[in-house]
Amino acid sequence: MLRTSPPSVPTFTPYQAFPELTGVQERPVSEAKGWGPYVNNGGTCIGVAGDDFVVIGADTRMSVGYAINTRNSPKYIKLTDKCILVSSGMQADIATLHKTLVSRLVWYEHQNGKKMSTPAIAQLLGNTLYYRRFFPYYAFNVLGGIDEDGKAAVYSYDAVGSFERCQYSSSGTGQTLVQPLLDNQVGFRNQNNVANRKLNMEDTVALVKDAFTSVGERDIYTGDYVNIFTITKEGIKEEPVFRLKFD
Amino acid sequence: YQRRVRDTHTVTNSPSEVKKGSLNTKSKLLRAMFRQQYDSDITTWSPQGRLFQIEYAMEAVKQGSAVVGVKSKTHAVVAALKRAPSNELAAYQQKIFKIDDHMGIAIAGLTADARVLCKHMRTECINHKYVYDTPMQVNRLVVQIADKAQIHTQKYGRRPYGVGLLVIGYDQTGAHLFETCPSGNYSDWKAISIGARSQSAKTYLEKKFDTFENLPMNSLIKHALLALKETTGQQSEGLTIKNCAVAVVGLNQKFELYEGSALSPFLDNLDTFETDETMTT
Repeated sequence: MLRTSPPSVPTFTPYQAFPELTGVQERPVSEAKGWGPYVNNGGTCIGVAGDDFVVIGADTRMSVGYAINTRNSPKYIKLTDKCILVSSGMQADIATLHKTLVSRLVWYEHQNGKKMSTPAIAQLLGNTLYYRRFFPYYAFNVLGGIDEDGKAAVYSYDAVGSFERCQYSSSGTGQTLVQPLLDNQVGFRNQNNVANRKLNMEDTVALVKDAFTSVGERDIYTGDYVNIFTITKEGIKEEPVFRLKFD
Repeated sequence: YQRRVRDTHTVTNSPSEVKKGSLNTKSKLLRAMFRQQYDSDITTWSPQGRLFQIEYAMEAVKQGSAVVGVKSKTHAVVAALKRAPSNELAAYQQKIFKIDDHMGIAIAGLTADARVLCKHMRTECINHKYVYDTPMQVNRLVVQIADKAQIHTQKYGRRPYGVGLLVIGYDQTGAHLFETCPSGNYSDWKAISIGARSQSAKTYLEKKFDTFENLPMNSLIKHALLALKETTGQQSEGLTIKNCAVAVVGLNQKFELYEGSALSPFLDNLDTFETDETMTT
């Protein structure tokens, strides 16, 4: 079978693993052969924070290579009534990471008599990811929620737990397409006369929907459906499920 | 090793039990004399086939303040009387613990032992949810706790847990109310009370339990509180929002603990509840 999937994840080949046995010079590997523990199931996640609201969403397509495994595999998890995590990457690692976090949150509530705050969850997620520094979760996370002061918070992560609180963030296969758009439209970069510009919730939701539509056009791994949520201190509201192109 | 001299109070029969079939005072006395020899460690049977250490552990449960459990087809309720080391200065001891969204326990006996069991139960529920993505079945966890308690009745150097639990839960097999003992026994109950003066509560429950099956949640709670009220002494302040706690779990009802001012709706009109039976809640 002709191996056609684009090389995007770390894999091992016999030549790399046992160079002393080959008797040939090491050559750079361009086509992936052999077995690897990771696969990228694709998808895009976006999180945008206003003053006191967060808009966060992710698509639901799950792919392997050029094939679609399912059109409806959600990438989000509601951690508390004020906090949602969306992750892209390898679905198996994402599912396990989400389960692990949920268990930790239940335990926290038993011990402390209250739900975990968003900044605390952010730190917990960072620590959980670093715990697996030498065999990472293949998950690229965006955490969105309301903090203890009622302000909106979005945190973005790398695979090993380096994280930062920011105004907006995206991750996944569509990240390179979405992030510049957010820089311009949410961060107002490279624009003049933006002193008092602010986004309200309706505009932000519309922007996020447009961002997903645009990504769906050009990124083959993003499409099908999108789950978008708005979080305020009153709680989480789910937008009606948003359809992208199925191609 | 040093064999401690027990005072006469504990050498005789357990104060809260009436010994059966020993009308002869002399034989009672004789047996009481020898009890000392067979009660020092858990691994020693008495000639009558009793393990006294377990019975003493169950005594600790009987000394704890009362807890009452009742269940209907769709809900299970526990009510507990809380004690405080000092009425003015200290907080009341926590008697009811949440184990999971669908399960909780009320304790009587050594609170520290209860906390250990509570932690174990919580861990088991979380692990079960992680592995099977479904809430743990109540009776399976209760059996696990009972087995855990039994280990401590058969290993040298480990004392029995000195706490009895009333476990309430709701799962796919309906509403549940279980009692666990330091002995490692457990029972499924329709209504039960353990702890100090629990016999009074049991008397009340025996009269009323036939009606519990189809009662709505709030009526169930009121019955539990009325049963608990029976265990308060003549001289005491009765039930107040400070000295009792109620927890409920059931169909479409996550485990919820009522304490403090949340109890007022239930404690008000408690006395007239009986005559207000025609009201639905």
